[in-house]
Amino acid sequence: MTGLAGVGALVRLALRRDRVLLPSWIAVLALVAISSAAATGDLYPTAASVVRAVGAVNDTPAMVALYGRVPDVGSLGALAMLKPLATGALAVAVLAIVLVVRHTRAEEDAGRLELVQAGAVGRFAPLTAALVVVVGANAVLGAVTAVGLGAVGLPVAGSVAVALAWFAVALVFAAVAGVTAQLVTGARAATGLAVALLGAAFGVRAVGDTAAPWLSWASPLAWAQQVRPYAGDRWWVGGLAVLTAAVVSTAAYALVARRDLGGGLLPDRAGPARAGRDLRSTTGLAWRLHRGPLLAWAAGFAAYGLVVGGVAADVGGMLTSDQARQLFAELGGQGELTDTVLAAMLGILGVVASVYGVQATLRAAAEENTGRAALLLSAPVGRLRWAAGHLAAACAGVVVVLVSAGLAAGAVHAVRTGDAGQVGRVVLGAVVQAPAGWVLAGIVLAVYGAAPRLAAAGWGAVVVFVLLGELGPLLGLPGWLSDLSPYAHVPHLPGGQFSAWPVAALAAVAAVAAFGGLLALRGRDLG
Amino acid sequence: MAITASGLRKAFGRTQALDGLDLFVRTGEVHGLLGPNGAGKSTALRVLLGLVRADSGAVDVLGADPWRDATAVHRRLAYVPGEVTLWPSLTGGEVIDLLGGLRGGVAHDRVAAMVERFELDPTKRCRAYSSGNRRKVALVAALASDAELLVLDEPTAGLDPLMQAVFEQCVREARAAGRTVLLASHVLAEVERLCDRVSIVRSGRVVDSGSLTELRHLTTTSVRARLAAPADGLAALPGVHDLSTDGDQVRFRVDADALGRVLPALGERGVRDLVCQPPTLEELFLSHYGSRS
Ligand SMILES: Nc1ncnc2c1ncn2[C@@H]1O[C@H](COP(=O)(O)OP(=O)(O)OP(=O)(O)O)[C@@H](O)[C@H]1O
Ligand SMILES: [Mg+2]
Repeated sequence: MTGLAGVGALVRLALRRDRVLLPSWIAVLALVAISSAAATGDLYPTAASVVRAVGAVNDTPAMVALYGRVPDVGSLGALAMLKPLATGALAVAVLAIVLVVRHTRAEEDAGRLELVQAGAVGRFAPLTAALVVVVGANAVLGAVTAVGLGAVGLPVAGSVAVALAWFAVALVFAAVAGVTAQLVTGARAATGLAVALLGAAFGVRAVGDTAAPWLSWASPLAWAQQVRPYAGDRWWVGGLAVLTAAVVSTAAYALVARRDLGGGLLPDRAGPARAGRDLRSTTGLAWRLHRGPLLAWAAGFAAYGLVVGGVAADVGGMLTSDQARQLFAELGGQGELTDTVLAAMLGILGVVASVYGVQATLRAAAEENTGRAALLLSAPVGRLRWAAGHLAAACAGVVVVLVSAGLAAGAVHAVRTGDAGQVGRVVLGAVVQAPAGWVLAGIVLAVYGAAPRLAAAGWGAVVVFVLLGELGPLLGLPGWLSDLSPYAHVPHLPGGQFSAWPVAALAAVAAVAAFGGLLALRGRDLG
Repeated sequence: MAITASGLRKAFGRTQALDGLDLFVRTGEVHGLLGPNGAGKSTALRVLLGLVRADSGAVDVLGADPWRDATAVHRRLAYVPGEVTLWPSLTGGEVIDLLGGLRGGVAHDRVAAMVERFELDPTKRCRAYSSGNRRKVALVAALASDAELLVLDEPTAGLDPLMQAVFEQCVREARAAGRTVLLASHVLAEVERLCDRVSIVRSGRVVDSGSLTELRHLTTTSVRARLAAPADGLAALPGVHDLSTDGDQVRFRVDADALGRVLPALGERGVRDLVCQPPTLEELFLSHYGSRS
């Protein structure tokens, strides 16, 4: 089939472009899984201690919502892999989405695909090459992980099942990204839509695992747990994923066949011939560029808020075992159990909101790399004002998405508990997350100001900070190291102690980082 | 002087993009910047705009330092970059108004007239424009503004011949209105028709600068003649180059200042037919480009 001509060359090109991204992603994921497996083995030396720990986890709705259930009370492997399996599934899904969009739609937007396709490269080659890269990367990741897990003493079959579980999730979301890349009019929107679907899959799994187990089957993200590594190893779930991926990617190929290069499926309608009053300044432009993504994020956050508000009251009451109560109390302080559930859920939102902050700040780098900034800054516009505008949009956006989640969760929670005062408490719990997001936005601006090509390293900061929080206690990392993460300093509200100074300190760190970035930007060439 | 730049040097890593570039643009003139790919034309323009800081050298644009007083300088100039990328979700009309708005507003009838002359559809989203149309958006924004100085990097690349003619007419009007234009271009005919003065850039340096007449003066005239007598001895005359004969036809190039001595020698050999041609800009150009080493 000539439509596939040139796949080999494109795969080689993609591997060359991703020669840093792929190995580092694989190494981080494999190391996280292997090191937590090793550490968990030391923590629970006896069968009885494993059973107790599994009981505590499965009785803690916040843990179940975040990571799912441990399917077998007696399995050390299943207990050890609970967190790595769930976070790893998210990570491979994100990687699959990033890879597929990056090598299909983003190339097309940059005009490079046209150049490539004018050569001896078939219509279906770019999508195929992207899928091949995803499959290959996950095969390597799976092999490394399985060998490593076996080496630290976990059963071999289960270790291979872990690899299969991740592989299944990556395959499905690669196919999903293949479809979204064809549906919408640009790489940014394609990634956004695919990540939104991933978020929905996470939500469905969280609700399903806590309240309605059958619902979890509707979420491809949950299939990783359904493989049940070290607890029965259900290989056939992998078949389900392959089947789904095949159906979805067939749709992607059909869309490729129907769509013109550069277009979306829906033709562009004519727009206004003149700019409105609001679009005649850099602030106006920043609002235009940020508002679409911001509204989508705010809607997603509100939806998550509705779910959190809806289940929080029940979840608090569902804590039956003493271990669970104790574990929860340790997690969140002395507050009521419902409050700690809310605080844990809002903590996740805080991390996700900082992702918004990072991507919104990266907008400035994208503007520069495409050359649009040069055109804009040839007008009488100070470059500091311009960059600060994008930073302000990012920081305000972080607050907006958090407030929308807080309001939604607070309102539903207030209705369920019959206590209107809950709205304010939950909104506050959401808003205090904002300074951590500002810190990440500030870090991104600092890197961008100094070295625009490295700005995407901001994503690395998010990953490192999340890992410090996830692995710090397990690996017994020193406190000062874990304290480097801004997420470690966010007050646990509602329920916990509110103190203003960590919040103020985070805001100050963000301001210093941002200021440094602006200073560097002022002194360098604009690309 | 609208622009004075002297001794500009700029290195990107190991590439010396500007290597002691001197550029003088007089107020009210149309100045052409010519030179092979990678010569440093775009880099020079970016330094003049204050987007890039020169490693050394002095720049003065409209009486100010574009790096330190970027906004003040930008208020009085308009720029069309060599590669025009626009915001995919905005329409062309919105981009024109945005750029005008940043300059403090542009009379809408001027914009409307320009849009009409360039046959641009301002209601299209920028992602849907062809590359020529994207350039038109930037051109309309620059030409409709009241900037005193227009800095244009390959302004007609991708424009069809009709639109090139419209552009040339607009530049003539700009000059008539007293505006200064600095344009980098590879289209020699356009430069020849539009520019009062030209600077030729090679390897980060201006190797020649002046009006076209002045530049021609420094180079050779090509001569084609039919002679009654054999052309023996002509090749040995000082200032004569590349002589070739074909029957009674002789062709050669001669230095401008040696022409006076060569004509009598031709007369002695019985001229039946004589064509003298000043060098075309292309020849001028190739003589500079060709000596690349
Ligand atoms: N941002 C940059 N980073 C590294 N090198 C650069 C950069 N910008 C320009 N260069 C290099 O500087 C040199 C001059 O480039 P410039 O774009 O000024 O050439 P030009 O005369 O405009 O060429 P063309 O006619 O092809 O447009 C080239 O060798 C180019 O590779
Ligand atoms: Mg150039």
